[in-house]
Amino acid sequence: MSIHRCWVYGDNVNTDVIFPGKYTYTLKTPEEIAAHALEDLDTTFAANVRRGDVIVAGQNWGCGSSREQGVTAPKYAGVDIIIAASFSRIYFRNCINQGVLPIACPGLNLLVRTGDTIEIDIANGQIHAAGQIFNFPRLSPSVQAILDAGGLVPMLQRRFAGENQA
Amino acid sequence: MSGKTFVEKALARAAGVSEASAGDILDVRPDMIFSHDNSAAIRRIFEKIGAKNIAQPDRVAITLDHAVPAPTTQHAQNHAEIREWVKQQGIQHFFEVGRGICHQVISEEALILPGETILGADSHSTHFGWLGAFGAGVGRTEMAALWATGELWLRVPEAMRVTLTGRLQLGVTAKDISLRILGDMGVEGGLYRSVEFAGDTLNTLSLDERPILPNVMAEFGAKNAYMPPDDVVFKYLEARRTRDYTPLYPDPDAHYEIEYALDVSQLEPQIARPHQPDNVVPLSEAMGEPIQQAFIGTCTNGRLEDLQAAANVLRGHQVACRLVVIPASSQVLLEATRSGIIETLLMAGATIATPGCGPCMGNHMGIPAPNEATISSANRNFKGRMGTPEAPVYLASPYVVAASAICGAIADPREFLS
Repeated sequence: MSIHRCWVYGDNVNTDVIFPGKYTYTLKTPEEIAAHALEDLDTTFAANVRRGDVIVAGQNWGCGSSREQGVTAPKYAGVDIIIAASFSRIYFRNCINQGVLPIACPGLNLLVRTGDTIEIDIANGQIHAAGQIFNFPRLSPSVQAILDAGGLVPMLQRRFAGENQA
Repeated sequence: MSGKTFVEKALARAAGVSEASAGDILDVRPDMIFSHDNSAAIRRIFEKIGAKNIAQPDRVAITLDHAVPAPTTQHAQNHAEIREWVKQQGIQHFFEVGRGICHQVISEEALILPGETILGADSHSTHFGWLGAFGAGVGRTEMAALWATGELWLRVPEAMRVTLTGRLQLGVTAKDISLRILGDMGVEGGLYRSVEFAGDTLNTLSLDERPILPNVMAEFGAKNAYMPPDDVVFKYLEARRTRDYTPLYPDPDAHYEIEYALDVSQLEPQIARPHQPDNVVPLSEAMGEPIQQAFIGTCTNGRLEDLQAAANVLRGHQVACRLVVIPASSQVLLEATRSGIIETLLMAGATIATPGCGPCMGNHMGIPAPNEATISSANRNFKGRMGTPEAPVYLASPYVVAASAICGAIADPREFLS
């Protein structure tokens, strides 16, 4: 069980406001990318987010552009878990591949407010929040394996390190 | 036991297994993979993985289209890194600045064929459903993994059937159909699904109009979209293709989780108002709302017929606001030049820019100032899309965009077509 502070947002938040398109080919370092996290959604986020904070959003979080900085910007800013009523499909895959845990939990964003704390029990698939317990579904084994490796890059690094030795 | 949807058949084929069902997770080997200006970033991930060479360079396409010609030194540096990589890896399917937008260029070059699978590092990769192919968008890290291994896991999605019946009226297009679908079902209406089109309207749509439907389904949350390929598609591919193909069709008894039907014969032009593609109203409800800029182009509506539609409306008129026209490819620009369309547009006061994505995603060539409204033929109007969250963006067909440019306010193109 771990305790997390929440940043709460609504439905259909798109990646243009999570990480503006005008930066996608110019900003490269994690620090630069983190500094613009959620820039056009919440101007207080980048300056105040702390390691271990979580995002709690409504439906279809991360819709729009496939840009991976939609995940890496909050990740580099300290967010390792993103909770949403539902995710856009590319965003969900980008989370897995970046080693960020996406938790589908409908309704939570309506019960908590920015600044509230919640408890997450990953092993048992439960969130304790606002005096209630929410169960969330487990990922399939092949998807969980990527997350367990820390993302797609670390997983492939191991595979290619093996091939280069062989 | 019910029959198979298109997506179940296509992903089984791509994974080399005899059959697949919704929910299965498969290791898929796509026939083609592509990226664009994001290729230098993908290269950095590829090198981090520890891979040395792209597994199948003949299956890789790279198009420079998102910020072309380079607007800043940083963008130019990005392009330079991509050119060096293309040379180093021997990538043959490389398309330079000005050739056009990836989805349009790959279609023109027939790099993907009916029944095949294509994955792109671009959210509008659903586009290739117009050829009866499976097309889906992936992230940069996934593209790096695809370069390194040639394969990627995909979950076989549940499917939704969209049945379109009837014939569109003059001045109404597939763009209006796609906006109506978004308006009726919402931007999450197709989330995670294969959106498979059916119905007698499809055969009445022109070649240039067809890609609009699967392209816009990216805004619907769809994983992929599909239109059953017919003789119009086969004929288009005949002179272009370099390999054989086998088209795939869903079984008549395939299981569709959701059914949506639309009779298009009474449909009027549609508008998506700011700031979401599903904020759709019939044109009559948005008439007269002032705009400061009009934009015709993008992978959705930058083909010859789109420019022709604009020219038909604009002939003999003058624009009352800025009108930026960006053909989707060099081929479109050439044909539009030869046929006199470009001259008509210029005479009406439009300006023409290099084939590519232009201002669609806020990079350059028509970024609005805060509080300036743009009407655009693109597919996406989320807050901040064109560079600043204070600039409202309306989405519509090229007909409506052209009529609105004449009036400086949202207007009905049918008044200019007779």
